[in-house]
Amino acid sequence: MYKFLLCMRYLRTRWIALASIVSVTLGVATLIVVNSVMEGFSTQMQERMHGILSDVVLETRSTMGIAQPGWYEERIRARLGDSVSGVTTVVTLPAMLTFQHNGNSHTSQINLIGIDQNTYASVSDFSKYLLHPENKERLDFVLKQSGYDPTRKHLQPSGWEYRQPLARYRKSSVDRLLEEAKTEEKRYQELQEKIQEQQEDGGNDTAINSLMAGPGIKIAGSTEPIKVFDAETEQRTGIVLGIGLGSLRRRDAEGRVDDYFFLRPGDDVQVTFPNAGTPPRGIDESFTVVDFYESKMSEYDSTFAFVPIEKLQHSRGMLDPRTGVGSVTSIQIKLKPGTDLNAARDALRDEFPPTHEFVEVRTWKDTQGPLLAAVQLETTILNILLFMIIAVAGFGILATFFMIVVEKTRDIGVLKSLGATGSGIATIFLGYGVLLGTVGAGIGLVCGLIFVWKINDIAKVIEWITGREVFDPTVYYFETIPTIIHPFMLVWVSIGAVLIAVLASVLPSIRAARMHPVEALRYE
Amino acid sequence: MNSTTSNNPTSGDSATFPQAPHVLHARTRVTPWRVVHPDEPLGSDRTDALNSETAESTAGPIRASDSSRDLIIASGLTKAYRRHKTAVPVLKGVDFAAERGKITAIIGQSGSGKSTLLHLLGTLDRPDSGEIIFDGARIDSLPTRQQDRFRNRQLGMIFQFYHLLPELTLLENVLTPAMISYGALQYWRNGREIRERAKHLIELVGLSHRMKHRPRELSGGEMQRTAIARALVTNPSLLLADEPTGNLDHETGASILQLLRQLNEEHGLTIVMVTHDESIAGQCDALVRLKGGKVERLETQYWDPLPSSI
Repeated sequence: MYKFLLCMRYLRTRWIALASIVSVTLGVATLIVVNSVMEGFSTQMQERMHGILSDVVLETRSTMGIAQPGWYEERIRARLGDSVSGVTTVVTLPAMLTFQHNGNSHTSQINLIGIDQNTYASVSDFSKYLLHPENKERLDFVLKQSGYDPTRKHLQPSGWEYRQPLARYRKSSVDRLLEEAKTEEKRYQELQEKIQEQQEDGGNDTAINSLMAGPGIKIAGSTEPIKVFDAETEQRTGIVLGIGLGSLRRRDAEGRVDDYFFLRPGDDVQVTFPNAGTPPRGIDESFTVVDFYESKMSEYDSTFAFVPIEKLQHSRGMLDPRTGVGSVTSIQIKLKPGTDLNAARDALRDEFPPTHEFVEVRTWKDTQGPLLAAVQLETTILNILLFMIIAVAGFGILATFFMIVVEKTRDIGVLKSLGATGSGIATIFLGYGVLLGTVGAGIGLVCGLIFVWKINDIAKVIEWITGREVFDPTVYYFETIPTIIHPFMLVWVSIGAVLIAVLASVLPSIRAARMHPVEALRYE
Repeated sequence: MNSTTSNNPTSGDSATFPQAPHVLHARTRVTPWRVVHPDEPLGSDRTDALNSETAESTAGPIRASDSSRDLIIASGLTKAYRRHKTAVPVLKGVDFAAERGKITAIIGQSGSGKSTLLHLLGTLDRPDSGEIIFDGARIDSLPTRQQDRFRNRQLGMIFQFYHLLPELTLLENVLTPAMISYGALQYWRNGREIRERAKHLIELVGLSHRMKHRPRELSGGEMQRTAIARALVTNPSLLLADEPTGNLDHETGASILQLLRQLNEEHGLTIVMVTHDESIAGQCDALVRLKGGKVERLETQYWDPLPSSI
């Protein structure tokens, strides 16, 4: 009883205790903030990585691809049973994107992915990242009138709203050119007539005659109607580009982050990709951009382009001439939540041994393995370092406690003379350590949680004070700092902090317990 | 002679006590000082000691100890402190006994070992040799934990510098030994009773109005009164006082002594008091003079039921 009373009193009357509490508080708060932010980052990253990747991918490198995807699908479903929630077939190709901007041609390298728009949504969150609300519901590769994410003012206008005036303008400029050509021809004919008149008049100027007649310069001006592609009313096959392929992220004069779109839904682009022959030859096709997707994974956003799978199969010659079944290069599988990815992968590897079928089975984590491992390593090292900071706080507590024990020497002597046992006195100081640790960890917990809760406001304040951007959205593709708080982490950090505080108070407590009562009473 | 007998502390007549401001001074000597030399042989009777007032040649304890009469008995206590390999002897074979219900003073110069003796009696330290018997049981060789228990239950201690815990209020200070004595649960169960006792004691020492004050808000005399209340809260049978008036002015010191005497008479509390003040020592029932780590002589002034001696 006296132990508890004295603990509380020592806590309330010692300023030095406050220092120890603050050190524990800071350590705990820092750990919580760092862990939450790291967790937020890595979760966001995983989510983005996983976003347009399915859980397990069955892939071949053959140019012809897998000829009987239906048979494979049956075997996969038979092997994995109920845990499969969706299967889709995909053709992926290395390709080159060409587009015109300001009169110049630009090319960039892309991963062209032919998807089955009916089943692709069942294996990945792809459609969630599209800009047009209707495409988010269901992607149909048809250009929409307008309504591509109205919050992006630099994307407006787009869709037919953008394509039609542009096509009209282009057509009108072509018409003007044709008009000019016609006038020119008319003038030429008049000139010819004039010359003929002069000849008939009698002049025998053969030089001029031969020059004007020449081989017969004739400016083509065919008026007969040809079947021309009308950009004003028609679209090519739709293509969905990663937003990084069509825009640049930059800052405007006032320092705001903005996207500049050099391609918009409604623009036509050319894609060059290999056909299925040996050796492969490049084919090029025109596509109309029907939407962008933004997964916020820059790697994906700047390389992936999606087109309908039938178009690719048709252009590359992947259709079986007899059955009309298209080949695919990979089969993507989505598993039900909670299924063990690696087990499923191993089962499929067992089902399709590399000696029989040349297919590779990977989970999405295998695909992004090194990056995930790097993030994991970073988190671990950061945690170790931060726990060392708390350990430093622990040594601070150790020193503080030794001081308090020395300061309280006489009181210890008095307590012993009143019959307090050595263990009782040790309990006072151990309890004091527990109390300091608990109060410190408690305050740290609250501070850390408030910090995490208000982290974006705090970042703004720090930016305002230092004039430096803490969190650069052009780098991270995040509007705000992502945070995730795991209750388990909170518990561990708190327990760890209290434990360190207690460990630090062990030595001083033993010293206090062993103090000789007579010497303690004499202590001045 | 009549008045002296009625003033005898053993008769328990406390009616005359509180009236006089310097109670102990007011008492007249009953018997001439019985001077006993330390060299008197062991087993020499009290009567012998009384009769041989000038005995100088005999060796041994001052008087025969008797555990039915004496509450605490020490014999042949030696104690040396080690300082840089050399042992500094403080006590060189001290025999001591404090009679039940009496106030025994230990007097001596600085460094005579009187405080060390008190610490040994209070089991705060262990003697190098010799033994201490409290109420018929040896206490100097008990395990530490039992000594702690003994100090808590049987012993009250007060000090020259009061040694109150500065963080606690007066009431809490008084309650401390009780809190040490009981576990948290037990304390909680008996809390009211213990508090009542503590409050009663505080009332007894006259500090009811200071209950919630911290020690630094109290005067020296008040602090010492608090220390006395604290020493008594577990209802001990022996009070050890280490220069209880050493840090107080004469008048306050006298009131403290009066309080001690009152406790002694009303509750039969046995008190052993260390002092270097002859006038205070003179008011005690028995007096042990220490010099150079040995008992120089022992004087008693209580009424001795030996008709021949008067």
